[in-house]
Amino acid sequence: MKKAGAFIRGLIIFLVCMLEVYPLFWMLTASFKQQYEWSEKPAYALNSGFYWQNYSDAWTRGHMSTYFRNSLITTLISLVFIVIFSSLVGFAVTKMQWKLREAVAKYFQFGIMIPVAVALIPLFQIYSRGRLLNTRTCLILTYIAFGLSLSIYLVQGYLRSFPDELMEAAVIDGCGIYRLMYYVVVPLMKNAIVTVLVLQFFFKWNDLIFSMTFISDSALKTVQTGLLYFSDEFGAKNWGAIFASVSMSVFPMLIIYLILNRKVMEGMTAGAVKG
Amino acid sequence: MKNVLGNRKAIALFVVPALVIYSIIVMLPVLWSLYYSFYNGSPGLKWEFCGLDNYARLLKDKNFRNALSVNGRYILITVIGQVGLGLVLSLMFRFWLHRCKTLVRTLVFFPVVLPTVAVGQLFAKIYEIQPNYGLLNSFLDSIGLSRFVQPWIGQSSTALWCLCVMDIWVAMGFYSVIFYGALLDIPDDIIEAARIDGAGSFSLFGRILLPLLRPMIITSLVFSFSGTVKMFESARALTNGGPGSATKSLSMYMYDVSFTYNKVGYGSVIALVIFLICVLGSIVINLFDVKD
Repeated sequence: MKKAGAFIRGLIIFLVCMLEVYPLFWMLTASFKQQYEWSEKPAYALNSGFYWQNYSDAWTRGHMSTYFRNSLITTLISLVFIVIFSSLVGFAVTKMQWKLREAVAKYFQFGIMIPVAVALIPLFQIYSRGRLLNTRTCLILTYIAFGLSLSIYLVQGYLRSFPDELMEAAVIDGCGIYRLMYYVVVPLMKNAIVTVLVLQFFFKWNDLIFSMTFISDSALKTVQTGLLYFSDEFGAKNWGAIFASVSMSVFPMLIIYLILNRKVMEGMTAGAVKG
Repeated sequence: MKNVLGNRKAIALFVVPALVIYSIIVMLPVLWSLYYSFYNGSPGLKWEFCGLDNYARLLKDKNFRNALSVNGRYILITVIGQVGLGLVLSLMFRFWLHRCKTLVRTLVFFPVVLPTVAVGQLFAKIYEIQPNYGLLNSFLDSIGLSRFVQPWIGQSSTALWCLCVMDIWVAMGFYSVIFYGALLDIPDDIIEAARIDGAGSFSLFGRILLPLLRPMIITSLVFSFSGTVKMFESARALTNGGPGSATKSLSMYMYDVSFTYNKVGYGSVIALVIFLICVLGSIVINLFDVKD
């Protein structure tokens, strides 16, 4: 009796895992199918061969190569700035001594609550007046600004438990503030920085609303906007190429996740639990 | 020590650049929206002060009411689904799972990191009926339930549900990992003691676990709520608001009004409503966090 119960429990958990994973597996098999397989066999059938043509179609005719490059450039540049800014500001408002630090910390924290939609219309006007629409600059600026609140908050939470004694020892040894930052604080903050990096990487890479609003030039589109209009370009019938492009956009995530899975889970949940 | 940490030049250098970018791109637009909301037309062309007209219009706008109701139903279903199923999964992991814990959590968490648009495209094909049956319909067809074959996202009676199912699928693993972490923090002794005192599974959950998990449940509800109020990307990718306006959310309506019809002032009013709902909802949920 006990054994049967354990078996059923195991089965339920197995089914839950299948439920989460099977659609992705299906996507992968579908990306290798040829056109005729869709009409002749049911959708859940395995691919009969590996039809790589789908991938090369998506990569060249579907412009996925351009979209990938654009996404990489905007995401990486904004990540660098988000990390630098959030560690500096986080340090300044938790560990340094000045009058307005509480107020400034609150001011940055307020941004966590602001829905993107509220800023969208004015930002569009600002960028269009500044002739920044359809440039990478406006996308990068927006990504940095909207990444700050949560990142600073996470850094603050980490720095609060940072031992003052370490900094004191460094200062007694003659460290100025910049050397203290570079040689003592930043190396010990590595964990917080990785959390911020992981969290913001997924946020920025997966952004749709900003890139579809500010970028209409197809040479500058990111992966997400590209995917959205993909079926228009290929027609709704070329499922193979659509699946190939969707799979392609999933692979980087899959690889990063498989390598860093514990870090990713920590980072993503930190955004909710502490934010 | 004081000298080093009170270095004004350094503080300015650390804080000012970020402060400037943040103020211009995040804070200024919020105030700007408020200013826009009192104007009619589009900036540059026929831009005139109209007082509270935009707000009055909101009350009579059928499309707005529709978006509000769609968004409301979406929030209700998705929040309950994400947090509720997340909780159920975490309990299963805690009490049923003895091996492969990391593997199972890794698998279940995976959809969280996927790009929303990719998930939307994938599910669009799962629900597809034309030109070929998608995954769901071909399953139904092959197990003899072909009378349930239907255009899942092509008809307004099921489209919103399909969208909710997709977003629950994406996020339930996320909440299960959060709750699992919280469950591990509850010492085994407490659970053992309750069992010895004769608590069954349900009273163990209701009397012991639920109160201890409450802070985490509230946090998750707020997080899920503020994510679903913004409802845009997943709906844009799966159904694009359709069929008709059966899945058109407040954010999508705002987007249409301001960028397709160029009514910037009215769009700003809708944006402010979204902001208000976000803030008020979070406050209301937090009211349940009674400190005892």
